[in-house]
Amino acid sequence: MKGVSLILICIAALVGVSLFSLGIGRYPVPPSAILSWMLTGGSADANLPVVLLGIRLPRLVAAIAAGGALSLSGAAYQGLFRNPMVSPDILGVSSGSGFGAALGILFSLPMAAVQAISFAGGITAVLAAVLVSRAIGRSSDSVLVLVLSGIVISSLFGALLSLLKYIADPLDKLPAITYWLMGSFADIRSGELGMAVAMVLAGAVPLLLLSWRLNVLSFGEEEARSLGLHTGRMRVAVIVSATLVTASMISVCGIIGWVGLVVPHISRFLAGANHRRLMPVSFLVGAAFMVAVDTVARSTASVEIPVGIITAVLGAPFFIWIMKRSTVRAW
Amino acid sequence: MVKLQEQSIAIRKAGLGYNGKAILSGVDLEIAPGEIICLLGQNGAGKTTLFRTMLGFIAPVHGSVTLAGREVSRLSPSEIARIVSYVPQSYAMPFAYSVKDVVLFGRSAHLRLFAAPGSRDRRIAAECLDLLDIGHLASRPFNELSGGERQMVVIARALAQEARFMILDEPASNLDYGNQVRVIRKIRELAGRKIGILMATHHPDHAFMAASRVAVLSGGRLSHNGTPESTLTAETLRSLYGVEVDVFDTPQNGHASRRVCAPVVQ
Repeated sequence: MKGVSLILICIAALVGVSLFSLGIGRYPVPPSAILSWMLTGGSADANLPVVLLGIRLPRLVAAIAAGGALSLSGAAYQGLFRNPMVSPDILGVSSGSGFGAALGILFSLPMAAVQAISFAGGITAVLAAVLVSRAIGRSSDSVLVLVLSGIVISSLFGALLSLLKYIADPLDKLPAITYWLMGSFADIRSGELGMAVAMVLAGAVPLLLLSWRLNVLSFGEEEARSLGLHTGRMRVAVIVSATLVTASMISVCGIIGWVGLVVPHISRFLAGANHRRLMPVSFLVGAAFMVAVDTVARSTASVEIPVGIITAVLGAPFFIWIMKRSTVRAW
Repeated sequence: MVKLQEQSIAIRKAGLGYNGKAILSGVDLEIAPGEIICLLGQNGAGKTTLFRTMLGFIAPVHGSVTLAGREVSRLSPSEIARIVSYVPQSYAMPFAYSVKDVVLFGRSAHLRLFAAPGSRDRRIAAECLDLLDIGHLASRPFNELSGGERQMVVIARALAQEARFMILDEPASNLDYGNQVRVIRKIRELAGRKIGILMATHHPDHAFMAASRVAVLSGGRLSHNGTPESTLTAETLRSLYGVEVDVFDTPQNGHASRRVCAPVVQ
């Protein structure tokens, strides 16, 4: 499919899912009422603006930003490390950022500080994973070595996170950290959200602008350089941007796994391998996917299901399918 | 008249290696547009080190390496890529880029940082595909091609860089016999378009087929540098590879006679 029309279809899908999601909940609103309220600004129902603006819209924006951010950074990491098996969670970025954010919650730091620590944790984790895989060596299967290094770093930060939970105040901080860790959009506040979305944009814009060069970078360090790329600078720019978008969303909505691995694969299936198309499509598909998952999370049961649990239940079998498919043909 | 050095790649009294330690020393080599130099030498003789230095990945330990008259260490990656292109050995690619896209990646050095290729770049890429007779592969996924097709695509990508020089790392290895000959023929055509070519090979016959000059790396230096006929004698090949080789001219069967070598196996 042509790049532009595919992107338009993805935007249309995202808008459709979003309108549907806005209408669903304890206080159902038909899509026609939402549309007429959006177009005319008025509504017969006085509760409608409160429900939509105050509750559902921030949550929708958070789901779009988080799904888009995780998927975009997943696609970027996969291209950068020329490794279709990596993602923010597998490289340790998620647990590194999660540890940083939990540290911030534990000490009741302001939002800006939580974001900064979360970013520092994420960058530390991904650099550690890369260094460990380099130290182990290039001769062996580099795809597998990087995945395993990421898992090691991830579990290390997981252990540190458990330590934080162990020493956290069981009445106040512990439930906050635990629930936040499962990943949820339930506690989104507009102030925090605005800042996180700004950070996502700050990382997503360079990633989208560099997407064509990411193709060249995926041919490996020396080949990309022989084609004229400043590979060192490019790598730093991509890692910093991708980690920024991941960490800033994790610090507001917790660790949501699998999305960053699974969505780039679905998107590659739709858009092809070229990152120029793949990156925007990943963002849009990830956003639509997350809106759908969050709608399920908040509307199926009488209590809210953490989104991280749903993405894991969907992601695990999908990953098995990817592995099976990868033995047959390349991505 | 422009001085020859300003049009060529020139290595002067250079020591090449890593971390200040030269594994090749006293290297003198010049590549002019339109000539094909075959680089021979055993594995580990320093061919890769020579390539990496010429492409600016590593700095010479001492001496000078200039591309079109400018010291390679002073050039940015995109400046280098506009002077010399590189065709690496075949490899596995994890993503299914189309052949058209892969050739377009050769245009990177001509694009600004955030830019994507435009219609002019697309036209150049299509011309490069046609020049290598692989226009019909344009929409196929690169990683599903055969080894010979893939090699042609990577050569087309290097050609799209519009560089005056091309370095090829064993372009004909891992190919079947027919594809080896096809690749060598194409390389001769490129030299006819005034591109200066340095190619590593393990087959002295490839040098007889294509090279205007042969350079041999052995014992940590450039041990030979001359025409294929004067350089690749039975003695040189014996000392280089440790096997007896007959070197002779083919009979004239309607086309020109050519020097070949045949290893002695009895």
